[in-house]
Amino acid sequence: MNATTNETVNADTATETPLLELKDVSTVVNAHTANETKILNGLNLTVYPGDFITVLGSNGAGKSTLFNVIGGNLNADEGDVLLHGKSIKRESEEQRTRFLARVFQDPKLGTAPRMTVAENLLLASKRGQRRGLIPRGLRRHLDEYKTMASTMNNNLENRLNTATGSLSGGQRQALSFLMAVESKPELLLLDEHTAALDPKTSQQLMTATNDRIAADHLTCLMITHRLEDALKYGNRLIVLNAGKITFDVRGEEKKQLTREQLFNFFEDL
Amino acid sequence: MSLITSAIGQGLLWAVLGLGLFLTFRILDFPDMTVEGTFPLGAATAVALIYRGMNPLLATLCAFLVGMVAGLITGLLYTKGRIPILLAGILVMTAAYSVNLRIMGRANLSLLGKSSLFKNDFLASLPQYFDSVFVGLVVIIVVTLLLVFFLNTNLGQAFIATGDNPTMARSIGIKTDRMTIMGLMISNGMIAMGGALVAQNNGYADVNMGIGIIVIALASIIIGEVAFGDLSLTQRLVAVTLGSILYRFVLLIVLQLNFSANDLNLLSAIILAICLLLPRFRKFFHFDRLIERSVRDERNN
Repeated sequence: MNATTNETVNADTATETPLLELKDVSTVVNAHTANETKILNGLNLTVYPGDFITVLGSNGAGKSTLFNVIGGNLNADEGDVLLHGKSIKRESEEQRTRFLARVFQDPKLGTAPRMTVAENLLLASKRGQRRGLIPRGLRRHLDEYKTMASTMNNNLENRLNTATGSLSGGQRQALSFLMAVESKPELLLLDEHTAALDPKTSQQLMTATNDRIAADHLTCLMITHRLEDALKYGNRLIVLNAGKITFDVRGEEKKQLTREQLFNFFEDL
Repeated sequence: MSLITSAIGQGLLWAVLGLGLFLTFRILDFPDMTVEGTFPLGAATAVALIYRGMNPLLATLCAFLVGMVAGLITGLLYTKGRIPILLAGILVMTAAYSVNLRIMGRANLSLLGKSSLFKNDFLASLPQYFDSVFVGLVVIIVVTLLLVFFLNTNLGQAFIATGDNPTMARSIGIKTDRMTIMGLMISNGMIAMGGALVAQNNGYADVNMGIGIIVIALASIIIGEVAFGDLSLTQRLVAVTLGSILYRFVLLIVLQLNFSANDLNLLSAIILAICLLLPRFRKFFHFDRLIERSVRDERNN
């Protein structure tokens, strides 16, 4: 089981063109010093449209760095990042928002605290677009936002005109998630987005996440520390270790995978 | 009576500063020291241009543009140069002092015998001090309406989000550096315009007239907030103007106690410090509960 099954692509997806490719990506910290280390070390990853990939890995394996390289917060020192076959390595974080949305672990990072829920949703609906001197037209969207918020099942729809800072952590994170998926991004990055919540709220958000990804056919990478979630959700599972993908299963093979097998695999690392 | 009218007029004119500083201090959430340089810069620009025969309205507009340039420099030093905002502001403020001397050619330039926004037949027909009330009111209404419009556009919302949560703003594609520079430019443009108005009202520009300006502008923001509490954004803008007028009233009262005009900066600082400390006092002495209880008792009686 712990054989490196890098790029075992199913027959049905092999013919599809990849959405995102990472080719031999390395990132170096403390370059040209004695402490030079590679966080990502020649990492290869191919993501196909519609993939819902759960990402596992111990602390320091490079999961967050992987997201930062995809999101443009960090540049790959070696290798290339391709979207639809074209290099986006030189694009800034702001430029990449036209195809990419991200939800962070910390609920505080994803929303503007002094702005209302509706204002936040309006801001995010213009993801990656030009923002001009045109009246925002908030009222026109209120009904739409009410419907959207009610899908989260946590009373968010009744707090549309509340400043985000006074929401509960669960509501705030649900809002961050809605803001990320609102404009149906080509690629969604979830960075342990349920980790800071209590078990029940976390479960609620995870269910809503899965429903939304299925309904909108979103392509998604989700970092998680919960083996159950990694097994239960998504069509593909990857494990990062020392800056490389050491395990990659999809489809039927992933469905057969058990918690024990996965746990043992971690033990062997 | 005329003292009160004068205080209202001064309050309205100086409110432009409060509104300008509101954009950086409250929305972008940092103190911009550039204003200590842009205020006299606007004054010097307008007065020097009027002195050479330019139309006062045009000269005031030029002051706005020159102020924007100062804001642009601070913004570039801060965003692209990664210089801490306090230091970037102090650099531009210091440089502006020399620029102001260059513009005026001397430390003090009078408009005696020259035209100004406050010299026309209509304003002359008004009772004493009503000229500054009238001009101040027109300027404040126009500026407030423009700001309310701007802040409710898509661009304005992106600007607010930049100050509120830059990480989130960048993650939804807002160019936060550009928003910061824009905010600094508009803010400093408004403060330079305030300088131009105050100088024309006083009848002269002085190279030292910027000292303590940030405290006065902050006072109008803070007094407005302390006096009116929890408000919507539009209401908060109006509260700045009311705060600026209230501040003039407080100064008026203090000056009646026979302080000299030389003590003005000391008094301004003390007033601002008291206002900033009020929320702490409130908690400390449980003012909130005291007031609440007295109101409740009154209702019951």
